[in-house]
Amino acid sequence: MLKKRIIPCLDIKDGRTVKGTQFVDLKDAGDPIALAQKYAAQGADELVFLDITATIENRKTLVELVKKIAASINIPFTVGGGIRTLEDAALLIRSGADKISINSAAYNNPELIKEIANHFGSQCVVVAIDAKYIDNSWNVFTNGGRTDTGCNIIAWAKKAADQGAGEILLTSMDNDGARSGFAIEPVNEVCNAVSIPVIASGGAGCKEDFYALFQNSNASAALAAGIFHYDQLQIPRLKEYLKTNQIPIR
Amino acid sequence: MIAIIQYGGGNTGSVQNALNRLGVHSIITSDAGIIQSAEKVILPGVGAAGAAMQAIRRDGLDKIIPNLKQPVLGICLGMQLLCKYSEENNTTCLGVFDARVIKFPEGYIVPHIGWNNIENTKRILFSEIADKNTYFVHSYYVPVCTDTVATCQYILPFSAAIQKNNFYATQFHPEKSGDTGEQILKNFLEI
Repeated sequence: MLKKRIIPCLDIKDGRTVKGTQFVDLKDAGDPIALAQKYAAQGADELVFLDITATIENRKTLVELVKKIAASINIPFTVGGGIRTLEDAALLIRSGADKISINSAAYNNPELIKEIANHFGSQCVVVAIDAKYIDNSWNVFTNGGRTDTGCNIIAWAKKAADQGAGEILLTSMDNDGARSGFAIEPVNEVCNAVSIPVIASGGAGCKEDFYALFQNSNASAALAAGIFHYDQLQIPRLKEYLKTNQIPIR
Repeated sequence: MIAIIQYGGGNTGSVQNALNRLGVHSIITSDAGIIQSAEKVILPGVGAAGAAMQAIRRDGLDKIIPNLKQPVLGICLGMQLLCKYSEENNTTCLGVFDARVIKFPEGYIVPHIGWNNIENTKRILFSEIADKNTYFVHSYYVPVCTDTVATCQYILPFSAAIQKNNFYATQFHPEKSGDTGEQILKNFLEI
């Protein structure tokens, strides 16, 4: 049976892991390689690295980091942040990233999804969607959560899937960092609209939140950051708890 | 020396990284001579069948690979390329295995992405495996056939691994399957 995935996310700024609340107020959360190795050893199913600065100067640092991560861990990992062109994606994939995650650039230029998928296969294209609940609609936000596109997440998720996305990474900005649980409703909306896997992100505060997500939605995976970085919840404990509660877990 | 066949696109580096972690020297190459003289050959796989076969033909490797005598390991798309035909881009493949590669049916979540347990494991690749969860990423599959040496269940039962003579192939990615994957690679290297 296919297992539900637990995915720690490492936000990267200037080569370090950072964690903020609702996309701002960044705090240092450690060395990404050490954290990656720790999570892999603890049974993380995949890792995601998001370069949140993503400036051109930082690109080289990121590529070097990706090479080191690829050399030192034996589970799949995704890299995102600032990928705007096929060349950006190719550089990261050739440096060892298994998948790349694209957000604003995909929204602004949906052809980019197709280009990367045609080149490297759909399986390595994760389309990240930042969602915020505005006037009775879950809207797509771009530009690091700063711009309301006015577009509903369903419409965009469908289009992204049609363009060849392999997975959707859906982050509820309202829940991000709040530790009050995952936003189940938008996850279900997207799961019902597309036939590619959906990774839910934003809001994990305790092990019960993961159970609620998997019990009440068709999410294929749950992504979380802060809760793992500060050892509030250790991955082996979380996985044991989910297994005991009949969620299919590795 | 282990030759990892390069055919554009794919993330060949991850297989080399896995071999490095096992302390084994490898070369990423599309050179027929190096491939033929290698102790073992790995055909990795990330990408689409059509473009992959195009590159393999361009480099003349479609004549070389099926005739290799040393142990060969195909991984994911590499496994599918060793079959006769793939529905992906309607592609004629290398024909080592007499199998057709088929797309998962509509109406389900595809690609099959994540950790799934392999069953009915036979023969050498799977000795000393404690945890049978391995990492899959694919939209096309090889049906269960006479060459199947491990199965997996997703939507339907399919071949998680196939073997024929000196050709071994896994649909999952041993290089990304944690300790289990490392053991499977080790088993291949010890053949």
